[in-house]
Order: sequence, then structure tokens, then C-alpha cells
Amino acid sequence: MDWLYSEIVKDHFMNPRNILEDEGSFQADGVGTVGNIKCGDQMLVAIKVKDGVITDCKWKTYGCASAIASTSMLSEVVKGMKLEEAYHITPEEINRRLGGLPEHKIHCSVLGDKALRAAIDDYYRKTGQEDKIQKEKAVIVCQCMNVTDKDIEKAVKEGARTYLDLQNKTKIGTVCGQCKEQTIKLLEEYVHLYG
Amino acid sequence: MFCLEDKQRRDTMPKRIVYMDYNATTPLHPEVKKALVEGFDIFGNASSMHTLGRQAHEEIEKARKIVADFLGAYPEEIVFTGGGSESNNTVLQMIDCGSATCRCMSKGRLGLVTTQIEHPSVLNVAQYMENKGISVEYLPVDPTGKVDLEAYRRALAKNPALVSIMMANNEIGTIQDIRTLARMAKEQGALFHTDAVQAVGKIPISVHELGIDYLSFSAHKLYGPKGVGILYVRKGAPYCTFIHGGHQEEGRRAGTYNTLGIIGLGKAIDVASQEMEEEVARVRALRDKLKEGIQERIPDIHVNGHPTDVLPGTLNVSFYGVEGESILLYLDMEGIEVSTGSACASGSLEPSHVLLATGVGPELAHGSIRFSLGRENTMEDVNYVLEKLPPIIQRLRSMSSAYSVSSMGRSA
Repeated sequence: MDWLYSEIVKDHFMNPRNILEDEGSFQADGVGTVGNIKCGDQMLVAIKVKDGVITDCKWKTYGCASAIASTSMLSEVVKGMKLEEAYHITPEEINRRLGGLPEHKIHCSVLGDKALRAAIDDYYRKTGQEDKIQKEKAVIVCQCMNVTDKDIEKAVKEGARTYLDLQNKTKIGTVCGQCKEQTIKLLEEYVHLYG
Repeated sequence: MFCLEDKQRRDTMPKRIVYMDYNATTPLHPEVKKALVEGFDIFGNASSMHTLGRQAHEEIEKARKIVADFLGAYPEEIVFTGGGSESNNTVLQMIDCGSATCRCMSKGRLGLVTTQIEHPSVLNVAQYMENKGISVEYLPVDPTGKVDLEAYRRALAKNPALVSIMMANNEIGTIQDIRTLARMAKEQGALFHTDAVQAVGKIPISVHELGIDYLSFSAHKLYGPKGVGILYVRKGAPYCTFIHGGHQEEGRRAGTYNTLGIIGLGKAIDVASQEMEEEVARVRALRDKLKEGIQERIPDIHVNGHPTDVLPGTLNVSFYGVEGESILLYLDMEGIEVSTGSACASGSLEPSHVLLATGVGPELAHGSIRFSLGRENTMEDVNYVLEKLPPIIQRLRSMSSAYSVSSMGRSA
């Protein structure tokens, strides 16, 4: 009988790599936390950096099998990677390495790269390299569905003009709805820019 | 060779299956299976006048009598349907029946009162009726899952046509005081329906004593076959046909009689009438043992539902700092089969509407596991779960960002 997800997901879920067991002794150079347990997943990523390269990456995740497997895979992938390169790792890349997640589970894999970027930013901040923090980096607007301002911008570029259009494209604000006001403000800004 | 085969077997099948998802569905009772096998050859159309037709008809009426006796009803008050969802749809959609010729309930009254914790086969029909212009009140529940009587009183004051409140909840097992709720509806001239899919065979039911107008039930929740159920319709209660066609069920439900399914349903009820008392006590003892064992072995949990007015086999527990789908899949690897109210498992991103209605908050709803026990469970099964569950929770908490950084101030 087939399992729910790919064998790779199963392996990383059952045998997760690089769990941050002891936060005290790991002595991370950068730590980032994203997500919200109210929405069902939250991730913490901690990295060690030497000469601009990630030498170690450990994590903690609250979430489903896809979320746990995604963070585990991410922690394997970024070890030995240059910070600049790790900064631009995408959920699609993690998803591909996991052998693909079902459509409704892809959102579970998008938190990992955001947590990693938060950890790298934390490292930049701690080491006085604020200039390297990419200002235009995406900011999560909708915590529940992990929709960022960049996602809103992209949706508007693709033709979304109303809040409903945006919800249809990105599922933004379809769970707790707390982000509606902020979303509409951003929507108006982007429509002004691209409309 | 031996080693390889042995390994393959280990890889594909967990060494032991402990099924604790009886509220989802149940295996056939051996007696039901026997009755079904014997019933395979009864192929006659129960509406036919010849011998084979009459033979099928006889089996169906035998089953109808068994069901009626078990529920304290008259046989002619029992309509066989395709299951709980059809029974619920039949009753709820009567509200705005457009036919001028039937004795439907809508005369002058158009509202529906139901609860926030109903099964989707009531909730989504209610929503559908709302879209058609019917006003619907979704009653809130207290933290144990009991209907808020004050809200109910206010809703009844608006003279609804129909009230639909489940007898026992599928997720948390909370049992409602249907007698009181039905009496209150009657006093206001509203008809009363109860979805008793989870309750029949687990708590004693006498429809006439309860004073209800309609009741839904589905055979597969009580060791019967899938795809067959009943709708109890009180003699004299308004009724509109939902599935139009032939004159089966006195014109109340068209479609060739599902003889085999009805035989299975009848047998399931027959067996329940003999075994229920003993079985309920046995399952309740197992559930209590499981509950105590989890409370003793695992810190930071929350037991959902009512402490006493709860189905004998249902135990719904939330574990702080861990997500339900992960628990479910780790348990599945050990052969333990349960369900969860987490959003991830539903694929909808919304955690259980029932748990949210009880006010536990999304964090605990995401971390909920429902154990629902039944007739094949033993004390060994309970002990097996108590052995396997604590390390799974501990392991998931050790890798959870929510257990150490949670606002609860808990630390791993």
C-alpha cells in the first residue's frame, strides 16, 4: 500500500535530520522563527556560519509530516552553502528534493526557507552586516496561509484587482481573516503601481 | 531468503493493528457478515408480487420491525435510506419544499435552528438552505460541547420550522439532553430532528419517550454495511419525499429496495439489542483506562468533551505543542489507527469546527487526537497504545518549536 507522501518525505518525517535538541549548547550564529501555531505550523531555524558559509543548521518544527520533512530536508541542503546562495533557496527547490508534496500540502514547505532567511538576517544583524539584509525581502502578511507582500504584488501583476481576486489567487485571509485590513492597503498600493 | 521475506513483511505491514477509529466506521459484526452472505441469493425485487419478490419484501419488513422495536417506534415510522447523509438531507430540505401538494413543514415558518458542532451532513445542508434564503441559527456550545440553552431559547422565540440537534457528537462524544431540547421545541411549535448516527446502539433510545419528530441513523457506525440507513418519521409528522420516483417506502423514498443492505442493518440492530448493555460497559471501561493512562503518562494535555455525558468509546485529547497529523502518522506506523481534528489532516487549513466551537482555540484543535473504541478492542490494545503513545508525543515535542517557545511557558 502506498504511503500518503513520497518515500523521501516519509524518511525525513520518521528520521528527521539535525533537530535542535539542546538550544543552549548549540551556540547558533543566527536564529529565525516564522509561522504561528494558531495556523498549524511554526518553524525555528538556527545556523552556524564560518567565512560566509553555513557550517551547521539545526531546527525545530511544530507542524504536520510535510512541515517536519521540509525543514529536515532544508537543513541538509543548506549545510556547506554560501549565505548568498542559501538566502535565495526556494520552497520549490525543497519540494523537488522531497519528491513532490501533494498540492494541498505545498504551503507546509514554504515556511522553511523563510525561517532560514530570518536566521541569516539575524546573523547579518549580529555581525554588523545589516547592509546585506535584503530590504525587499518578502514579509508575511497572512500568517495562516503564508502569503507575503511579494505574493500580493505578484498576484496584482497577474491581474488581481479586488480582495476577492486576491483570495482566489493566493488564499490570503481565508482562515482567521485578521490580515484583511493590511492586505487591502497593500492591494491598493500595488494596484496603484501596476494597475 | 527467510530474512529478506521477513524484512519485506515487516516493511509493508505493522506487526499489529489496533483500530481505534470506530466513530469513523466499524467492521462488520460476524453475525452481520453471516446474514449478508446468506442474503446474497435473495435477489428478488421487493416490490414484485411473485414469490421471490415477496421473499425479499419479508426480509425487509422483518428488519423494519427489528429497528422499530429497538428505537421504540412503530414499523411504519421507519424509512430505509442510503445512510445518514441522505436521512439528514431529507429532513432539512423539507423546510422549503416548493411543492403545493405535499404536507411539508414550511407552512408559514421558514427558519432552521441547529448547532455549530453538527456533522457536515447537517451543517453543509443548513448552509445550502441559507443560500436559498432560509434563516438559520447555529447554536453555540459550552466548553464541554453542550448546547447553550439560553441561545436556544432565544432562537426558538423566532418560531423556526425545524430544529436539528445531534444526539451525540462524532468528534468529542458529548451527548445532548435531547428530551429537554425536543420538549422546548415542541412548546414553540417547532419540529425536532436529531442526527443519532453516533448514538444508536451506544445509548438507550426511545423515540416516543424523547418526543422527537425525526431521527437519522446509519448502519455502518454500528457494525452494519455501508450505504444504508434509516430515517425515523413520527406518525403524523410532516413529510416531503426527497428522492422522487417509484412508490417504495409508501412513496416516501424512491429506488429499488436495497435488500441486502437492509438485511445487514436489521441484523446489526438485532445484535445490538442483545449485546449493547454488556458491550457498552466493557468499552467504557477500556476508554476510561485509556484516559487515565494517558493522563498519568503524558503531561500538558487537555481532554475535550463532557466528563460524564459522553459516548462510552470516545476519547478526544489535545496535546500541547504537537500537531495532530504528525501524531496520527507516527501512531499509524505502530499500527494504531485514530483520527485528528488538525487542519493539516483535513486538507482545508481549518482545524476541527467542533473543537473551535467548544472554545479550546486553534492551537489545541490542531493537536487533537480522537480515539474511538469498539467491540474488537481489548485491554491489550489499550496497554499497547499506552506503551506507544508517550514516546511519540515526547519525540514530537522534542522537535517542536511550539513546545519550548509556546506562550504556555512550558519547556521541553
